[in-house]
Amino acid sequence: MSTNLHSKGCSDSCCLRVQNVSVSIGSEHILKDVSLHVHCGELVALIGPNGAGKSTILKAILGQQEYEGVISFSSPGLRHRKPPRIGYVPQSPAFDPSDPITVADLFACCMSKRPVFLGLGKKMRETVLTCLDRVHGRELIDKRVGTLSGGELQRVLLALALEPLPNILILDEPLSGVDVEGMVTLMDMLDEIRKTYDLSILMTTHNFDLLPRYADQLILIDRTILNQGDPKTVLASDAFCRVFHSKGGHA
Amino acid sequence: MQLWYALWDLLPIEMLHWDFMRNALLAVLLIGPLFGLCSTMVVTGRMSFFSDALGHSAFTGIAIGCICGMTSPTWAAILFALGFALLFSFVRSRSNQAADTIIGVFSSTAVALGIFIATLGGGSFAKYNRYLIGDILSITPTQICLLALVLAGVFALWWSISNRLTLAAIHPQLASSRGVPVHLTQTLFTAAIAIVVTLAISWVGLLILNSLLVLPGAASRNISRNLKQYHCFSVLFALTAGIAGLTISYYLGASAGAAICLVLALIFAICFCLRKVVR
Repeated sequence: MSTNLHSKGCSDSCCLRVQNVSVSIGSEHILKDVSLHVHCGELVALIGPNGAGKSTILKAILGQQEYEGVISFSSPGLRHRKPPRIGYVPQSPAFDPSDPITVADLFACCMSKRPVFLGLGKKMRETVLTCLDRVHGRELIDKRVGTLSGGELQRVLLALALEPLPNILILDEPLSGVDVEGMVTLMDMLDEIRKTYDLSILMTTHNFDLLPRYADQLILIDRTILNQGDPKTVLASDAFCRVFHSKGGHA
Repeated sequence: MQLWYALWDLLPIEMLHWDFMRNALLAVLLIGPLFGLCSTMVVTGRMSFFSDALGHSAFTGIAIGCICGMTSPTWAAILFALGFALLFSFVRSRSNQAADTIIGVFSSTAVALGIFIATLGGGSFAKYNRYLIGDILSITPTQICLLALVLAGVFALWWSISNRLTLAAIHPQLASSRGVPVHLTQTLFTAAIAIVVTLAISWVGLLILNSLLVLPGAASRNISRNLKQYHCFSVLFALTAGIAGLTISYYLGASAGAAICLVLALIFAICFCLRKVVR
């Protein structure tokens, strides 16, 4: 499925460098000496078993987790604007179906200074529709966020993460809870977004089937980096077989 | 106030010939929007149990104020409730235990401390009964002015932080990634609730106060499609229940606070039955 993105040029994409990052909670090492590099305009997928520290890396990059080591961003456009804008799509957010909060309300809470309880102005509604058009989600504007399907919710959160246009896009398990058709749609959109905006994308996932088609780089992690490189090479590596065959993951 | 009194002189409504009823009506007209607004966020933020615990802490503050010889222990109660709310926020952010467990710890400690202080040296608990039941008919014009100021303050706070607070309540991690200072926003909210609860305790009563903080929002959720409707219905229900409850209590001679809550419970039941039709 092709996407109909409104091209606004380059996002001023930046590359991300994680150098020797370690995270410990008490005496437990969650991450140990992790180094990775997301090049400008690349789609990089972090894979690993549950508890491997994938979400912890993302939290460290987002500044929500204390760590040792260095996380840096570089781009010509970032010299005078630090830190970079990070678009973030959280992992399977469980919105309460009884919450009377529509997709439009969610966008307005993030984007508007005017209190949403006073209602949405016409201009804000048009802005939300423009954002939703990026993910073919115009019809979702008045749906309550708690009633969206997995695929619809991921599209809405993706549209939200793209406004304002970030320098780097981070997605935590965007394919979980999404059916097979929805996964292809979502990956097509990410691919189109990356190409249209020249955006660097880092995502975690447990679904490997689609990765050789879309990802530029795969990073296999289990508290430390086990392998990284071309998706086909990583998926065929001994480290991948060892981690997922012995631990019962999806191979 | 004179204008308010003069207005009711012109109208042939028997119950409003009394000054205390006119004061009480003005008070419920202020309490309605106040609790209606607070209720939406208390329910969305799953803080129903917490607001109940705050009421208990306010009672403890009142007991401390009384034992210190204060004639009006409200300020002692506000300080204690604020301290309670801030300490709770601090412990919650540092602990990995479930929020309701920590609330239970704080709530039971506050109640025990309040009863212990109130009965210290064989003292009688009877003088504290008015804080348990509350009496809106005893509200004075000065207290009404204070209530109006609190309503203005809460509305100003809501104007500036309600969007961020909603986002922090439904998904703290998403809120944080959008630059919302989640902990600070939630602390401001809990402090506001602490002040509202403490001021209202002597008019509404500890036993009923929490239902006023929960029922308008809970009823409104049943029939609201978006945030605007959610707030509008919540305020409307709180206002309607306030006026209806006051009228019922006047003619039947029962507690006004209890009557207001019963009307709210009835509204909740009606909204619950209508939820599938309306939404």
